[in-house]
Amino acid sequence: MAVSVDEAVSTGPARDHTAPARRPGGRGRSVLEVALLTVLAVVMLFPVLWMIETSIKENRDVYAIPAKLFDFTVTLEHYKDVFVASDGGRSALSVSFLNSVVVAGASTVLATVLGVPAAWAYSRFAVKAKKDQLFFILSTRFMPPVVVVIPIFLMYRQVGLIDNKLGLILIYTAFNVPFTIWMMKGFVDEVPAEYEDAAMLDGYTRLQAFWRYTLPLLVPGIAATAVFALIFSWNEFVFATFLTSSDSVRTAPPAIAGLIGGTTTDWGLVAAASVVFALPVLVFAYLVRKHLIAGVTLGAVRR
Amino acid sequence: MAGIEVTALHKRYPDGTVAVDHVDLSIGHGELFVMLGPSGCGKTTTLRAIAGLERQTTGDIRIGDTLVNDLPPAERDIAMVFQFYALYPHLKTRDNLAFPLRAEGLPKPEVHERVNEAARLMRLGPLLDRRPRQLSGGEQQRVALARALVRRPRAFLMDEPLTNLDAELRADMRTEIKHLQGELGATMVYVTHDQVEAMSLGHRIAILNKGRVEQIGTPLEVYDRPASLFCAAFIGSPPMNLIEVEVADGELRGKGGLVLPPPPGLPRDRSLIAGVRPEALEVTAPGAERSVPARVVSAEWLGDEIIYVVDHGGERDVRVRMPPTVRFAADATVGLRHTGGTPAVYDVSTEELVA
Repeated sequence: MAVSVDEAVSTGPARDHTAPARRPGGRGRSVLEVALLTVLAVVMLFPVLWMIETSIKENRDVYAIPAKLFDFTVTLEHYKDVFVASDGGRSALSVSFLNSVVVAGASTVLATVLGVPAAWAYSRFAVKAKKDQLFFILSTRFMPPVVVVIPIFLMYRQVGLIDNKLGLILIYTAFNVPFTIWMMKGFVDEVPAEYEDAAMLDGYTRLQAFWRYTLPLLVPGIAATAVFALIFSWNEFVFATFLTSSDSVRTAPPAIAGLIGGTTTDWGLVAAASVVFALPVLVFAYLVRKHLIAGVTLGAVRR
Repeated sequence: MAGIEVTALHKRYPDGTVAVDHVDLSIGHGELFVMLGPSGCGKTTTLRAIAGLERQTTGDIRIGDTLVNDLPPAERDIAMVFQFYALYPHLKTRDNLAFPLRAEGLPKPEVHERVNEAARLMRLGPLLDRRPRQLSGGEQQRVALARALVRRPRAFLMDEPLTNLDAELRADMRTEIKHLQGELGATMVYVTHDQVEAMSLGHRIAILNKGRVEQIGTPLEVYDRPASLFCAAFIGSPPMNLIEVEVADGELRGKGGLVLPPPPGLPRDRSLIAGVRPEALEVTAPGAERSVPARVVSAEWLGDEIIYVVDHGGERDVRVRMPPTVRFAADATVGLRHTGGTPAVYDVSTEELVA
């Protein structure tokens, strides 16, 4: 993970390094810049580093004063505790990780499947009161989750979606669809409608034209949008806390938060669980980073 | 090839915008018909309705003898060339050309033969194995034209195909399209906002404004007798001088004293505007015969001609096209006289040609 974070942080500044060398007084300035960036990187990365360290320290080293930065015994005991319960079965945490995968994955797929065609329609067709509709769609995101969580809770209780993975999937999808529509509309606008026109004159229906010509050109945009939706669903805490309670349904964020508190806190376990929790999205974002950057900049530049 | 009939076409979008108010067109078999107008005049919407890419709100479209109102684009047997070329980016030139034929399910040897024929017509031989990305704008548009050709459609629709090319290339392509159309005897509907393109290409030109047809005629008719004040101000560079005139003593007299020969059949008791082409006026030495005193406001030296902007005491300055040999300095005192035939005369209230 450290590798991916380093890469993600240093790709931007790295470009800046070459530029100042050409400026007057370049040398002194670039030294200063490197120094400042190093300080910034340390400040930014230290908590991550500390989390990783804590996750592989033995408990007595975790609580040692003064803190042991380098000289400690490495153990993977905490990671074992994340997945394996004390009785040897599956731990509650591992179940919550699985729940997170299911909920985040399903809601991202749903939001993409619903949002991409909607974005295409808003981009291509003259829809009545299009701007008002798009504004309304966006306005559903104006309120922070914590404001709407009580009414949602009451509604969910009526329809029996409390403490139910489907309930979380639906609410995350509802939150992600507006975002998907807005972001994807930018990407669809970038693809000339003439491709579809030409394909229709060549004998395809409108949907076939979309499917065969526009959709493949949208893949980078879809990847970028899906990553953002996935990150939202993966990290979401408020709804998960209020709408779920049992270990078998809870997602990872409230489960990890639940480890803190009580008489003692097993920081090693918290740190190990946090590392495991942070890993998948980082790895995923790293894998699709090319699409991500191409996608984000493509959407940002207007013709 | 087939003619195209458009009857009482009206297109209103769901958001209330009327793109086409009322358009009637009768495009002949083998004709190169140009729709000309400013942006937003409805020319592209009309073309897209003919293609079937837009469904008109009311009105009929016939291609040949077929009423095509409810036919999808693919069943109208037409080909279209777009401003942005619309070549499939992942296909080589050869496959881009073959694409519509494969979609029709033609046998391989015939596809091969037709692709080669179109490639020969548009001189695409060396480009056949490249992808659109590796082609220049002009080459891409030639491929797009060839792609339209291979279908052997009943009509070609061209939506501003040369707009994205640079000036020199545009002139070449214009010649090429005209030549091609003549050779194939193809029915072609060509949309443009560029009057030079319209005048040089069209057998007939339809001038559209605000979703209505202002005038249909040959390039010369459109130039000599614009049917409305809009056409008068739109066609020509610089456009016609519009001079408010009164009928007096069997002459047309402008406010600045300019005298024009009256066309026959002028209506009485109406405010009139005469449309005078810049080349129908002449800047002379001051006090020349039949001239009115005037002053040169500015002169544009274009090399092969000079456009003088002249103040002769009328409501607005007039523009005069003169050969480069006749030179007056800015601010010089000169004479201005009319040398052309009878001007086109418009009614101020209806804005239409009256005589």
